[in-house]
Amino acid sequence: MQITSPRFKKNAHEALQNPPLQKAMGNVEVNFIGRRAASAAALPEFEALRDNARDIKNHTLQHLDLYLEAYERKVTEAGGHVHFAEDADAARKIILEICRQKGAKTVTKGKSMISEEIGLNQYLEANGVVPVETDLGEYIIQLRGEAPSHIIAPAVHVNKEEVEAEFRRVHTHLDPKRDLSEPTTLLAEARGELRAKFLAADVGITGANFLIAETGTSVIVTNEGNGDLTQILPRTHIVIASIEKITPTLNDVGQILRVLARSATGQEMSVYTTFSTGPRRPEDPDGPDDYHVVILDNGRSSMLGTDFEDMLRCIRCGACMNHCPVYHAIGGHAYGWVYPGPMGAVLTPTLIGVDKSGHLPNASTFCGRCESVCPMRIPLPKMMRHWREREFEQHLQPKAARWGLKTWAWFAKRPRVYQLATRVAMGGLGLMGRAKGRFASLPLASGWTTYRDFPAPEGETFQAQWAKRRKAS
Amino acid sequence: MGEEEESLVTTTARDAILGRVRRSLGVSGTEINRRAAVADRLARAPRGVIPARGQIEHDARVALFITKIEAVQATTERVASPADVPRAVADYLRRHNLPQAVRMGADPRLEAVDWSREPQLSVAFGRSDGRDLVCVSHADAGIAETGTLALTSGPANPTTLNFLPDVHVVVLDAADVVGDAEAVFEGLRARFGVGQLPRTVNMVTGPSRSADIEQTLLLGAHGPRSLHVVVVG
Repeated sequence: MQITSPRFKKNAHEALQNPPLQKAMGNVEVNFIGRRAASAAALPEFEALRDNARDIKNHTLQHLDLYLEAYERKVTEAGGHVHFAEDADAARKIILEICRQKGAKTVTKGKSMISEEIGLNQYLEANGVVPVETDLGEYIIQLRGEAPSHIIAPAVHVNKEEVEAEFRRVHTHLDPKRDLSEPTTLLAEARGELRAKFLAADVGITGANFLIAETGTSVIVTNEGNGDLTQILPRTHIVIASIEKITPTLNDVGQILRVLARSATGQEMSVYTTFSTGPRRPEDPDGPDDYHVVILDNGRSSMLGTDFEDMLRCIRCGACMNHCPVYHAIGGHAYGWVYPGPMGAVLTPTLIGVDKSGHLPNASTFCGRCESVCPMRIPLPKMMRHWREREFEQHLQPKAARWGLKTWAWFAKRPRVYQLATRVAMGGLGLMGRAKGRFASLPLASGWTTYRDFPAPEGETFQAQWAKRRKAS
Repeated sequence: MGEEEESLVTTTARDAILGRVRRSLGVSGTEINRRAAVADRLARAPRGVIPARGQIEHDARVALFITKIEAVQATTERVASPADVPRAVADYLRRHNLPQAVRMGADPRLEAVDWSREPQLSVAFGRSDGRDLVCVSHADAGIAETGTLALTSGPANPTTLNFLPDVHVVVLDAADVVGDAEAVFEGLRARFGVGQLPRTVNMVTGPSRSADIEQTLLLGAHGPRSLHVVVVG
């Protein structure tokens, strides 16, 4: 997909001026936060499970080479095929090649963020294979020609009137006078339309929440059942997943499952947790004849051993964006690529470069809510700070910002000069603003004063007050 | 791309990825202690933190299972013996104005039941092609902690029966209600062998749903609109 992360500021500005988007985003804050809190509170072991989930992933990452090998062995033993892809292009080519070998005309797809990351749909279409997204949210945005705006609720930015308009535009073989005013009728229509596609597809492509080394199994966690119809009806099942999805054992998956759905939707378990191992067995009456797993690196192996290694623990639950005030305000599309919100602000620079996405780690109030709800205890704010440091080191910020930071740093490293300068500046500003108590505009601070007044400083500086109190006590 | 070329390409990619992982971790992959740590975890499969909620005696566990699965919009009923299952299924269909027709697999526990005791009920066998309104499966286990059913693929319970019908009726022996998912995993290891699984293991926690339109929860997205559990014993 087209990357618009470099235009983040413009995107954000437009999002704030978009009433339907603002209405849709209102649902996010109301629903997700309360549900997560209630389900976490209902499980006394929740915090201990978060600790253990973090430890399991850390252990796995430290031994990732060996677990990858063990996983590959088990898939092969079960009659499946493992393909390794270094980057998006390699992954797309492997998948297209399998589709061609099977003579596939249409492929059904379960929801997969990796598929979005590698731009699979556009590639398949350009090469004569029709991809059909089957998750309701993904289906809606595929019809609208959009990218997902949330990693677990891809159409969260769309209102039901917009869904109705889209269905009327595309489903022209249905009665134009039919009632589509309610979400139930919209869902029923999508179910009917997609059922035929499930039964006709030659290949089914799903993502994976886990790849289990103990058994060579891929796991998907869904609520609709579309991922299951995608993988049991066509003759070929292709799984696309990134290297960090490897999890040692079934029991380790059991631990992480207990924090995944609770953090995502507030459910104790998602409706369907499906463990798929190899192709159908000779005696099986259904299931795919062929089973392929495409394991994608795309820069992740280089994150190991760096400041960003912790990000590889991410299980894509969406809790960080559900709790992010910036995400609530602007929605997911403003972030300009596949992964939005705090996890996107950390992951996107790794995958497409901080030169293109330097705005994202700056789009944070550092309120810390993302880290406090992350089931895998990923220190997201800390990693956004790391990106800001890299951005500075690589001279990527505008000259004025660099000059400002350098000037500030010069003062900050000289406490006496800093104290003197702030005392003079605050005193001066205080005097100038005494009449009104505020400034409507200030040089170098238009980013603030365009939208609100800047209060005039009163009394002494914080450091002066602190010093005085210490002396008094 | 020919067969040979393909394997060459992917082998190279495999080695490149493993090589990069090892370089980043500062390891060679031959370290004895690392290999031992991996072999140990795979063999031992530590259970980790198991919530106390499901660790209760049998009757309370079955009661918890029923409470939990009803909380996620499934319906349940309890019958005394397998012989009561046909009547329970026929009554359920009548109550919901559904035709007296079901499809099921070759599960010996279902085959052992005398379905002819419900003369109006027609029973078809084998996988579904999507035209069956109601399918009946036999679960391997129920997980009390979360109200989850565990079903395994194969001729006994074809996976299509779990997803294609409008109504999914699942028969579960009360004796198979366990406390936690780990007990199900242990059962799978005992039945299929350590490190082996059937093609598909489905853990099902309620009927299909979606909240993709304005966060409104709706049942019956792509899978069954209704899930009815008949607990036997």
